[in-house]
Amino acid sequence: MAIPISYNVRNVFQRPVSTLTTAVGVGLTVMIFIGALALAAGFQAALVETGSSDNVIVLRKGADSEISSGLTRDAANILKALPDVALAPDGHPLASGEVAVVNNMPRLGQAGSSNVMVRGVSPEALLLRDHVRVVEGRMFAPGTAELIVGKRITKRFAGVGLGQTVRFGAREFTVVGLFDARGASFESEIWGDNAVLMPVFRGEVFQSVTFRMKDPARFKAIKKELETDPRLGVDVHRESEFYAEQAGLLAGLLRFMGVFITLIMAVGAVFGAMNTMYAAVGARSREIATLLVLGFRPWAIMVSFMIESVLISLVGGAIGCALASAFINGVETSTTNFTSFSEVAFAFRVTPMALLIGLVFAALMGVAGGFFPALRAARQPLAGALRAL
Amino acid sequence: MNLLSLVLVNLGRNKRRTVLTLMSVAVALFLFCALGGVLDTLKDAVQFGSESRLATRNAISLVFPIPLAYREKIAAVPGIKRIAVQNWFGGRDPADPHKFFAQFAVDPENFFPMYKNELTIVDASPPQAQIALPAELDPKLAAFMSEQTACVVSEPLMKKMGWKLGQTITLAGTIYPGPWPFTIRAVYRAIGQAFGGDALFFHFRYLEQKGMGGQGQAGVYKLELSDPGRAADIAKQVDAMFLNSSAATHTETERAFAAGFVSMYGNIPFVLRVIGLAVVFAILLVAANTMVMAVRERTAEMGVLKTLGFGDGTVFGVVLAEAATITLGGGLLGSLLAKLSIDASHFNGGGALPPMTVHWSTVWVGIAVAFTIGAVSGLIPAWQASRLRIVDALRRVD
Repeated sequence: MAIPISYNVRNVFQRPVSTLTTAVGVGLTVMIFIGALALAAGFQAALVETGSSDNVIVLRKGADSEISSGLTRDAANILKALPDVALAPDGHPLASGEVAVVNNMPRLGQAGSSNVMVRGVSPEALLLRDHVRVVEGRMFAPGTAELIVGKRITKRFAGVGLGQTVRFGAREFTVVGLFDARGASFESEIWGDNAVLMPVFRGEVFQSVTFRMKDPARFKAIKKELETDPRLGVDVHRESEFYAEQAGLLAGLLRFMGVFITLIMAVGAVFGAMNTMYAAVGARSREIATLLVLGFRPWAIMVSFMIESVLISLVGGAIGCALASAFINGVETSTTNFTSFSEVAFAFRVTPMALLIGLVFAALMGVAGGFFPALRAARQPLAGALRAL
Repeated sequence: MNLLSLVLVNLGRNKRRTVLTLMSVAVALFLFCALGGVLDTLKDAVQFGSESRLATRNAISLVFPIPLAYREKIAAVPGIKRIAVQNWFGGRDPADPHKFFAQFAVDPENFFPMYKNELTIVDASPPQAQIALPAELDPKLAAFMSEQTACVVSEPLMKKMGWKLGQTITLAGTIYPGPWPFTIRAVYRAIGQAFGGDALFFHFRYLEQKGMGGQGQAGVYKLELSDPGRAADIAKQVDAMFLNSSAATHTETERAFAAGFVSMYGNIPFVLRVIGLAVVFAILLVAANTMVMAVRERTAEMGVLKTLGFGDGTVFGVVLAEAATITLGGGLLGSLLAKLSIDASHFNGGGALPPMTVHWSTVWVGIAVAFTIGAVSGLIPAWQASRLRIVDALRRVD
């Protein structure tokens, strides 16, 4: 017969300080674990949500990012005229030939500088990326030296607030709007008219052409057609896959680092839990002996103490989840996407899945920490324990 | 029996608990020092390059080239002894495109003499024909100099990629399209940590003729100065020359140039610091828990000690010393282990960073943190023990 769980619950509350310190130790480990997952998830989400699976991005053959790419105006015109390109309500093709340049800018409020992606886009760009919306100010007027700025940039870099002017090359540009892209990495970019930005930076060359497919199911055929067209010399990617791939390497590295750190930390927390459980077993040796005399089997004692250990760890796991949700979720940070060589700001994203994994992780720590003390409890020699009276 | 042996005997009473606590402190300090090591390595990366050389790049960003025509103009600035071209290539090994390593196109007759104190040629192919080399160039580079498609590769990179001297390798260009054959004609080793130990260098001429279509542009200029004390002045002077041209320049010391790369990591170092703090705090809890348990178990004993005439202060000290000994032991173990294992790993982030190392200063901080954790975690139990009244202590029977 199993020992009722209420026995464990009462015992846990008998030693509140010891239980709580152990639980918080486990909780902090779980918090760091969830935090690391949230960091990787946030970075990945920022890039994955940048691309749409209905869009195609075309780069020069062999280029692995926009900065190493270059397409002539002729190539861009051929692409825009393709029958596979969807049309806007006004009949224009939904395609944007884009100038993408990396610009070194000073940080706001601290020393140092970092690289910001400046993108010259066609007027169709906002129709093409329907998650991009101007939330403050207005859209730039075509043909003018006006810019719209991703809302995450304004807090990180100097001189790019609404109404401020930025100097690119030999020209002054005015920021007339801030835009939101539902967390996507476009929010870390500065957009202007490609016709105006092109001569400022690299001259007559686009870095990429993005267009909406009339029929996304035809992607494979389109890819084959364009990549074998001798006039073009291009690589064709689905926009969503192109950005997801950029995220893969760094997100994987962050996740690996997070797991590595937490595994080491977990060893420390498990040692702490073992200490607590050994003390619990030691202090209750008479109780355990009594239970054995009453006819509870050793395995029941063992299971009971394991449950107690897991219970404490789960309290810790819950604390960790609460801390992560309260203090980590949504915190903004930034790092460089080394594929595009420009900074991406993103928010830590604590997903329900990460919370669940955190709880499972906590339970596992409880099992690991409780096993040997529980074994000891189950193997307690009866006579000795009762004689201690 | 002195007080120290009393502390040691107490530690030995519950060996399992002492060992578990010591190990959890050791694990935590290992992690603390390993994270500190990442920050140390980033700090080292800032030390990359020299204070007495300048680097000139396009003012917009590193991605943009600067006209080759600037080379003569910059070289004419008084105080500049030598100017070398360094151009990022960005090629991939087609067999394994995810294995990242750096390749630079350089003008060897200027570049190698400029870095003669930072790298040494350890192996080279014999020259096919006798050619006249610039006086300051290492004669071992003769075979490399007489072949346009030759390259110089670092010793660790040779080992990592499994290349042999004299082998012809082919890289796929990402910035400069097409297949690029290179023949390995020399192997170098970096001296000290201020120079990249994991790169491939080849002739800028090769890149210019095959990859640039005669545009006449270069990535970065490295400037050697005759008087390093005037670095700031000369940097200003160089940038002023091109301020209103189509390609304005940005000139800074080589070290500041390297620091720019570290700045690109954004907030990641801060995140590591926060994790380090959380680790320390978690371990503080474990240690405090142990000490509370240890004192609670020994309440009656404390009463006996006091009865024998030990003062409140002494009892306080004995408990505190016990806590500090455990954590100090764990701290020493964890910190030194981190130092030894991480320094031995030579991990360098695929060549993006100098080899990872934990500074001794970080190890000392770790040990000090461990000691402080011990003192803080022992504080409450020690205070309780010192406040204990003999009657209460002895009345408790359990």
